[in-house]
Amino acid sequence: MIGVVDYGAGNMKSVTDALEHLALDHRVCGDAKSLAGVSHIILPGVGHFGSAGCRLAESGIMELIPRLVQKGVRLLGICLGLQLLFAGSEEAEGVEALGLIPGRVVTLKARRVPHMGWNTIDPKRACELLGDEESRHYYFAHSYVAAEVPAERLLCTTVIDGQDVPAVVGGEGVWGVQFHPEKSSEAGLALLRRFSAC
Amino acid sequence: MLAKRIIPCLDVQDGRVVKGVCFEDLRDVGDPVALGTKYAESGADELCFLNITASRNDEAITFELVREISRSLFIPFTVGGGIRSVEDARRMLRAGADKVALNTAALTAPLLLTELADEFGRQCVVLSIDARRSGNEWYVTTHSATRTRGQTCVEWAVEAVERGAGEILLNAIDTDGVCGGFSLDVTQAVSAAVSVPVIASGGAGSVEDFVDVFRKTEASAALAASIFHSGEWTPDSLKLRLGAEGIEVRL
Repeated sequence: MIGVVDYGAGNMKSVTDALEHLALDHRVCGDAKSLAGVSHIILPGVGHFGSAGCRLAESGIMELIPRLVQKGVRLLGICLGLQLLFAGSEEAEGVEALGLIPGRVVTLKARRVPHMGWNTIDPKRACELLGDEESRHYYFAHSYVAAEVPAERLLCTTVIDGQDVPAVVGGEGVWGVQFHPEKSSEAGLALLRRFSAC
Repeated sequence: MLAKRIIPCLDVQDGRVVKGVCFEDLRDVGDPVALGTKYAESGADELCFLNITASRNDEAITFELVREISRSLFIPFTVGGGIRSVEDARRMLRAGADKVALNTAALTAPLLLTELADEFGRQCVVLSIDARRSGNEWYVTTHSATRTRGQTCVEWAVEAVERGAGEILLNAIDTDGVCGGFSLDVTQAVSAAVSVPVIASGGAGSVEDFVDVFRKTEASAALAASIFHSGEWTPDSLKLRLGAEGIEVRL
């Protein structure tokens, strides 16, 4: 059972539609109680780091996730969800997030921000979420990026104006993808299917 | 490398996809759900749904269509027309839109751009501009291009980005539906002036038009309707040709 965390702002439906299409059992979880018994958690990703962080804290989900992860529940953060895996972000200084992956989230510096559209990713390390898809294009839409991620947690990067930026981080049961698998056509759906099998 | 996006557009009126020339002489070209699905399956990088009447009475139809289309659409989905508040946008996003496009509402209440960016992130906020040429300058028009404002497209685009717009959808009215090529001058002028992606729109009629807009301007994406509705091209067949011309596309 995949729990899809609802923190009020995101377009939950994109993620649940994709899971529906893949015939994967899931439920939308708006509070800590509803996460009981899930094997996988997806933290979807549209919104503002500050408001998302606050809503997760208020609902008790922020505190619960690390405990569930320790018990072996698999976690996938998508876009803002990836950023919430870190302790904090320049988008909302002072707002504490999960802190499950070392590093921080900083403003993307590029000619055009948001980084919006289909970009290719370059694997840096083995990652269970990725297969040998023909297309390596995934859909990105973000203005902030992870930084100072330790090499052993940096699984894939993408290139924005010549700079390497984290695209997939984590490993060992906790992953973050900066792109939107639920909006990345067949390649993205394959990633979600693999996550559900991890 | 970031690919140039090809975005089919559905102009929707009373629950049907229509297409006209320079916003007039609309004719029915099909069912939004069927067309949306067809374009997604044939390689569209994104889909745009513009409710072109946007009166209060077709709000319910729009929500239902957005819900229906997005259910099996695994590419980004932009919806515009009739969004006048944060709550309107929230309902549209929850119905399955990934981004909302604002046009007249942003001109009437520019603060809305900031409110939306603060709530949903600026990547959700698309400013749509209907541009009309007058002499050497391109001006902003409103109310389906029936009224002109004394503001240039570049001025408004720059202001809107400062306020929170994360993308500009620039539609050149003079060439809309004419199939004679994108308006390269205004597309480049706006692209050069802002730091967000710009979607060129209005005038696509041939592969060469897309090659031109990507070679001669900094547009991040190109939106088109007639060329796909006519069945002459699919997003995939178009992108194959663009790829052969050396333009980075997702194939």
